[in-house]
Amino acid sequence: MRSPFTIKVLFILSLLFSCTLFASAKEEASEGSTKDLKTEIKEYIAHHLLDSHDFSITSYTNDEGKHVYIGVPLPVILWDNGLQVFSSSQFHHGETLAESGGNYYKLYHSKIYRTDANGTISYDEEQHPTNVKPLDFSITKNVVMIMITGLLMFWLFTSLARSYAKNGGVPTGAGRFFEPIVLYIRDDIARPNIGEKHYRKYMPFLLTIFFFIWFLNMFGLTPLGINVTGNIAITFALALLTFLITNFTGTKDYWKHLFDPLGDGMPWYGKIPIYIILVPIELLGLIIKPFSLLIRLYANMQAGHIVLMSLIGLMFLFKSWIGSPLSFFLAFAISLIEILVALLQAYIFTMLSALYFGFASEEHDHGHEHEEEAVLKHL
Amino acid sequence: MVGAGLVVIGVGLGIGRIGGSAMDAIARQPEAYGKIQTAMLIVAALIEGIGFAALFAV
Repeated sequence: MRSPFTIKVLFILSLLFSCTLFASAKEEASEGSTKDLKTEIKEYIAHHLLDSHDFSITSYTNDEGKHVYIGVPLPVILWDNGLQVFSSSQFHHGETLAESGGNYYKLYHSKIYRTDANGTISYDEEQHPTNVKPLDFSITKNVVMIMITGLLMFWLFTSLARSYAKNGGVPTGAGRFFEPIVLYIRDDIARPNIGEKHYRKYMPFLLTIFFFIWFLNMFGLTPLGINVTGNIAITFALALLTFLITNFTGTKDYWKHLFDPLGDGMPWYGKIPIYIILVPIELLGLIIKPFSLLIRLYANMQAGHIVLMSLIGLMFLFKSWIGSPLSFFLAFAISLIEILVALLQAYIFTMLSALYFGFASEEHDHGHEHEEEAVLKHL
Repeated sequence: MVGAGLVVIGVGLGIGRIGGSAMDAIARQPEAYGKIQTAMLIVAALIEGIGFAALFAV
């Protein structure tokens, strides 16, 4: 039994090593230019964190001093006086203008601007471009990754469901790995937080969001350099879903708790001065809860990527033999931590979502005394 | 900048305290390990969120 396990561990380790090496190979590519090394590393990291209009794997400067990019161009879809669809290969990674429907477009810091035929970009005092930004519905790198993850999850879980149906509920293959996770979400996240009565209703969402975030986080650690969950728009959408579900499934007691937390135990004239302070705070809490969800996921993934890339950047800053092994082992250690963080953030997002759903579906028909009794029993 | 550093110190102390208290709790009641760990992670995540908010505000 020992040897297959060792092989698996070795395989995973070698995968990780290749990640780090791959990323470092990418960095070497841009070393040839004359720019200050520190700013260059900073720019490289900033660029890596952004979404982009092509799926670039690596780039290098060839013998003739020309940048060669290896990657896949993605479709650009713009709404600018009508639909404009063209391939992002027309931009040549920001080096040339793209022309579509009589308009010219230029890539500037991964954003598309409309320019004249010469590609002029005018700036305001703060160095922000003042050119028109057409509405961008492009299938960017992040969108592609979301689609791939969606399809992967769809394929994985439908095939798992089929294998369960075929084998009479006995897990086989990947099911052996995923069943404990699904059960953990059901028995240790949904049930205790939402309650025995309502948890089934929320299970599909909780499972989807858990695996979606987890898979995307894990994809973020591959050398493809995708940073989907580190994009604030995506975490915003995820948190918005939690927010909408919380409030649309909220029971009468949930809303009563929000606007009339003291209940009937107090005359109305006593409540007014308290509620002037209390209700705005409760309403603010309504927004803060999903907001903290979105900031937490975004910041964690973003910070993880920045740290990892900075440690790889050390290799170029040290300029001595100690740089490479130091950067290598630090990046390796951080990669291991990031694997944990990828799971942890998915878990926490799911856990807190379940907690908020629990607030929304609580029922106070027994009154507070019973609740206290239950709490005491629990202790 | 200094403020962000202070926040990070605060967050570090906070999470350290949570971790320490969780260790104490686990030592007292090893059978409640799972529950303590869950609660610890949630609280740590909440504090961490504040830390990140401060770092990104810089």
